[in-house]
Amino acid sequence: MLGALHEVAGGGCDALHAAAAGQFAAGIAGRTRGKVLWIVSRQDVFAPALMQAGLSGRRVIYVEARSDVDVLACFEEGLRHGGLGAVVAEVARLSMTASRRLQLAAETSGALGIALRRWRRPTGAADFGQSTASVTRWRVSVLPSVVLPVPGVGRPRWRLELIRARAGDEAIFEVEACDGQGRLAQNGLVENRLALPAVLADGSDQEAVGRRRARA
Amino acid sequence: MGADAPAPEAALALVGRVGRRRVVRSVDLVARKAGLCPGTPVAKAQALYPDLTIMDADPQGDRVGLEKLALWFQRRIAPVVAVDPPDGIVLDTTGADHLHGGEQAMLAAMVQRLRRTGVTAKAAVADSLGAAHALARYGRARMLVVPPGEAAAAMADLPIAALRLPDDIVDGLHALGVSRIGPLAGMPRAPLALRFGPDVARRLDQAFGRVAEAIVPIRPVEPVEVGRNFAEPIGAAETIARMIGTLVPPLCQLLEERGQGGRCFDLLLHRVDSRAEAIRITTAQPVRAAGRLVRLLCEKIETIDPGFGIERMVLTVSRAEPMGVRQAMSLLDEADEPDVSGLIDSLANRVGTQALYRFMPVESDIPERSFCRVPALAPDEAKDWPDHWPRPMRLLPRPEPVHAMAELPDQPPVFFIWRGIRRKVRCADGPERVFGEWWKGDAELTTARDYFRVEDTSGERFWIYRAGDGEHGETGSQGWFLHGIFG
Repeated sequence: MLGALHEVAGGGCDALHAAAAGQFAAGIAGRTRGKVLWIVSRQDVFAPALMQAGLSGRRVIYVEARSDVDVLACFEEGLRHGGLGAVVAEVARLSMTASRRLQLAAETSGALGIALRRWRRPTGAADFGQSTASVTRWRVSVLPSVVLPVPGVGRPRWRLELIRARAGDEAIFEVEACDGQGRLAQNGLVENRLALPAVLADGSDQEAVGRRRARA
Repeated sequence: MGADAPAPEAALALVGRVGRRRVVRSVDLVARKAGLCPGTPVAKAQALYPDLTIMDADPQGDRVGLEKLALWFQRRIAPVVAVDPPDGIVLDTTGADHLHGGEQAMLAAMVQRLRRTGVTAKAAVADSLGAAHALARYGRARMLVVPPGEAAAAMADLPIAALRLPDDIVDGLHALGVSRIGPLAGMPRAPLALRFGPDVARRLDQAFGRVAEAIVPIRPVEPVEVGRNFAEPIGAAETIARMIGTLVPPLCQLLEERGQGGRCFDLLLHRVDSRAEAIRITTAQPVRAAGRLVRLLCEKIETIDPGFGIERMVLTVSRAEPMGVRQAMSLLDEADEPDVSGLIDSLANRVGTQALYRFMPVESDIPERSFCRVPALAPDEAKDWPDHWPRPMRLLPRPEPVHAMAELPDQPPVFFIWRGIRRKVRCADGPERVFGEWWKGDAELTTARDYFRVEDTSGERFWIYRAGDGEHGETGSQGWFLHGIFG
């Protein structure tokens, strides 16, 4: 959904690395138009992977901020600008006040903001339980990949938990990871109608998410 | 010349062309002691002195250097300064010498200062440009101050070449047996003018100060600058912001008149306790939009300390670039991407220009070398990363060693221990062999890495590699490393 702040975090070990969560965010950001601002406090994004999740390296501008405060300030400034496709920021702590500011900035400019929650140590992940002003909150956990008839690693699979949605229900999906166009798939079928990032990127309403939950 | 400069103790000659001949233009002290002088053909010079270092003369570069030096003199010594190519600078120090402690002290300071930067210089002060020119080049002393009215006496012994006459006139006078200025000045004018033209008399008069000779001073490029004094010192952030708002529009006006846009702006705030605070903003592209500059400057107000108050503000453009007038929009290209350069500038002024970048592909198979950072608004390149193999979302800054158990030579590990956690490998892809880049260094001639994408029993996927091909010791340590984490 455009003009809103969304939170994405990794489950389990991924809370530290935010690899699956990052790829999920990249898949969503890749489906928007325009440049994407990716704000980090420590840089370990491998740009070819973003490309494989559907976000071309040419569109991403990285900002390396020194502290969480700087990350949030840049995040807000990026959201206020309104000319960007999406703004992704890797943050650890996100207070109610900070998230409300971000949400307001996104609402005024119509920008898509994704707060990629990433903590330094596993205990930090408890922070994810505290409430914020974001519109949706997702947790992405890795699942064993699709079993292949031959040795090798199949298409990665994720469990997507929609923990909180404003004026909507919680939901759990088991999906296959983003492909080169940022599409997710269920049961091996790449189908646009089921592509979840489309829900976020194309601004479909929350009822659609609810319906999908019934089918998931 | 930096590292390419010849050693100071080497004999050096700079060489230029006269017609089709290559001749020595100038020599350094060592070569001069060895008997070389300017005007010698290069072949002869080399025959005389086999160890001679020869480099091409660069008159254009000399001229530029001379102009820079002249600008320095203009700032430090006297306002009227001219370049006297190929090797001189003329200063009109009238009324300026007492500022430097007298003429002798002024010359001493100038020569001393130049010597410290490696420039050998001679200097003379005289009544006229011609006399000073002659005495500085042909006089014996390194520094010479000629008292007023004594220029004629001081120049009497100098060779006639000191008079800035053309070479053929100098040769003609030599043929007549005149070699010094004193005898030449005493000769009747009319026969000289008949034989050599009016130049001899004119140069003599110029040297003795009988005819005025204008100095055409260099003019420095004025920086674009707007300043404002305050009757009452200001200190509140809102007041400073308002004053910035009044300074910026005239500055933009000046920039527009010159057809320029600024890349770097400095705002100097002079405090009442005669200290200065400064705000510097830089932009990714030339800017002269007042609103944007005001916003960028105002964001930095909190970094300054107004102390007891600010009494003067000066806004300067430290770096300007040409900026044409551009059509803002047309009806046809509405689908154009919105301009983000304003956002880039304000972010860059918060986190620094270095911290704002994009990744561009580099043609290398080694993961950590396969990308490079380019400025955020650098032009796009058409190439992209190859899409043969999945790549991890996170690439560790440096590969971390892991304990692993694997069948040699090319099986993935059965399990590995990373950061104290033992992970059993459920399935794996690989190996993807990456060879060292032998053109980068000898150490990489034989090295290889075998990358595997492994998934453990809980579903987490990692990118691990073995340093070496598993068979030959020279290809690497055969140890296992974890390099990336997949989503």
